[in-house]
Amino acid sequence: MTVLADANLRLDAGPMDYVLLGFYFVLVLGIGALARRSVSSSLDFFLSGRSMPAWVTGLAFISANLGAVEIFGMTANGAQYGVPTVHYYWIGAIPAMVFLGLVMMPFYYGSKVRSVPEFLLRRFGRFAHLVNSLSFALAQVLIAGVNLFALATVINLLLGWPTWVAIIVSAAIVLAYTTLGGLSAAIYNEVMQFFVIVAMLLPLTIVGMVKVGGWSGLVAKITAANSDAAAQLHSWPGSNLTGIANPVLSVIGLVFGLGFVLSFGYWTTNFAEVQRALSAKSMSAARRTPLIGAYPKTLIVLLIFIPGMIAAVVSPELAAYKAAGAPKGSAITYNNTIELLIRDLLPNGMLGIAITGLVAAFMAGMAASVSSFNTVFTYDLWQTYVVKNKPDDYYLRVGRLITIVGCVIAIGTAFIAGQFGNIMDYLQTLFGFFNAPLFATFLLGMFWKRMTPMAGGIGLIVGTASAVTVDVLNRYGALSLSNQGSAFVAASVAFIMDIVISVIVTLVTAPKPESELVGLVWSLTPRDSLKHSDTGENAGWYRKPVVLGVGVLVLAAALNIVFW
Amino acid sequence: MSEPVKKQRAGLFDLRYVLALLFLVYGVVLTVMGLGFTSQAGLDKAAGININLWGGVVMLLVGIAFALWARLRPIVVPVTTEGDGTEPADDATGAGES
Repeated sequence: MTVLADANLRLDAGPMDYVLLGFYFVLVLGIGALARRSVSSSLDFFLSGRSMPAWVTGLAFISANLGAVEIFGMTANGAQYGVPTVHYYWIGAIPAMVFLGLVMMPFYYGSKVRSVPEFLLRRFGRFAHLVNSLSFALAQVLIAGVNLFALATVINLLLGWPTWVAIIVSAAIVLAYTTLGGLSAAIYNEVMQFFVIVAMLLPLTIVGMVKVGGWSGLVAKITAANSDAAAQLHSWPGSNLTGIANPVLSVIGLVFGLGFVLSFGYWTTNFAEVQRALSAKSMSAARRTPLIGAYPKTLIVLLIFIPGMIAAVVSPELAAYKAAGAPKGSAITYNNTIELLIRDLLPNGMLGIAITGLVAAFMAGMAASVSSFNTVFTYDLWQTYVVKNKPDDYYLRVGRLITIVGCVIAIGTAFIAGQFGNIMDYLQTLFGFFNAPLFATFLLGMFWKRMTPMAGGIGLIVGTASAVTVDVLNRYGALSLSNQGSAFVAASVAFIMDIVISVIVTLVTAPKPESELVGLVWSLTPRDSLKHSDTGENAGWYRKPVVLGVGVLVLAAALNIVFW
Repeated sequence: MSEPVKKQRAGLFDLRYVLALLFLVYGVVLTVMGLGFTSQAGLDKAAGININLWGGVVMLLVGIAFALWARLRPIVVPVTTEGDGTEPADDATGAGES
């Protein structure tokens, strides 16, 4: 293909590219069919019967997040901001994943809850539980729809299929394997998706590096093309990312806003993530899930921000867009970074792998939403409030049925998103705000036995409302923050408000009796029940959670120094 | 919240063989394309590197590695107290520990 018009992103996919994509679909559906044999109870369907080994849940843990939205968004950040993109990983994700594995997982796994909302139910009772279950279930179906629409848009752009065909076909495939095999099928496919994504990103990075003449060539080209090249080539203080000019405040924004509140909120309380760890086969494996996932998470950003930076200098369209200061209404934006690279760098064959990687990323993102939605809907809403005390196979049937309903709603959302693109963007930002106060509530709830049920519920509502308020104020110009900076500030305010309000409400309401909090609050839980077995297949120093956790923190710190 | 009956059924296939299959097929296809079916234009795109060939060879190696891992460290099915919990080893869950 030659460059026709500057907005032509169509790939000239050949027959072999489609064969590679088709083969992937065959394996995806095959996994669904095979996984079905292991589903004989609702726990099998929703939590893989708590039987998964740690390397599988660990890879699924990061894969559920390494969706297309992430790949598109982070390569775009790489093209726009350069090296500071790494903060989303080394300051953002990694410490939070280590905290989840070392501190919080013993409570989640040890209390045998089947979902994050169920933990809230046991700790705080129905008020907080209902607030969280409803907001989570709603968020997940809508996010599934957003993912579906984004997938359809990309397929339309790259391959020329009509949007509605892409929506129906991909929803049907996701529906088929999640209804058949439940969480097991979703998890196995996420692991496979992880490897396909690496198989897409690695050649892209290598070819791109050769094209720009290695790292020194890239530095020279970035320096030549940008007046603020220094900010793009060093990770700290990351002022271009936060939009906060003062370097000290910028670092505080990154460490507290992004690193602590946003990331801890997302990684430790988002059930779509935690569910992967809950499906592990032992406490030891559950604790190692986020820790094992943290290693590839630390390294994969190298395959994301570097191609992004390369695209901004080797793609003529993107370079022109960046040089012009990212004009509004341009046919090419930073969000097209990965598509431009795939189009310009990969020949037929590798092109098929890349298309497969993108499609896989979208489908896995949707499957993660759907498989966490059906669990929360069935256990936390249906079984808890609507139809109680039925035999287990009834809830298994409900789970399968609600998976279908969820996919249908997602298809509907996808078509609506086609009409109101900006609204969907906004909704997604909004759902991000549920996590920061949730983390505050969990933290207080796990370590302060006095905290009352009423405080749990009101804290969540006030916290979320504060985040929304900050965001709205910023949108209407009352605060002047960049998009990224506003997300950090909104989350921080939500976190602080949640803590303040929870403490105040706790002081004037009645706490739960201590006997009901055993296993849920640190000071009331026997130390032995938070420990895991370290014999048999859990033996060995390299399987110790502390060793794994410290190891990955050292790795992230070392990389931070390399890219200082 | 009633605790569901705990099941120790180990009833899945070994994911490592699926990954091996994926990468062996992808590896063969890409290697063949790299050897005989990558046009000059395709080579130019990738800065002169025969990325299909190199990618294909690496994928073949990865596929072989997964197959070897699964072969050398097969899944051990935990012997459970329930009578129906003993399934053949080749039909067992996930994979061995990493």
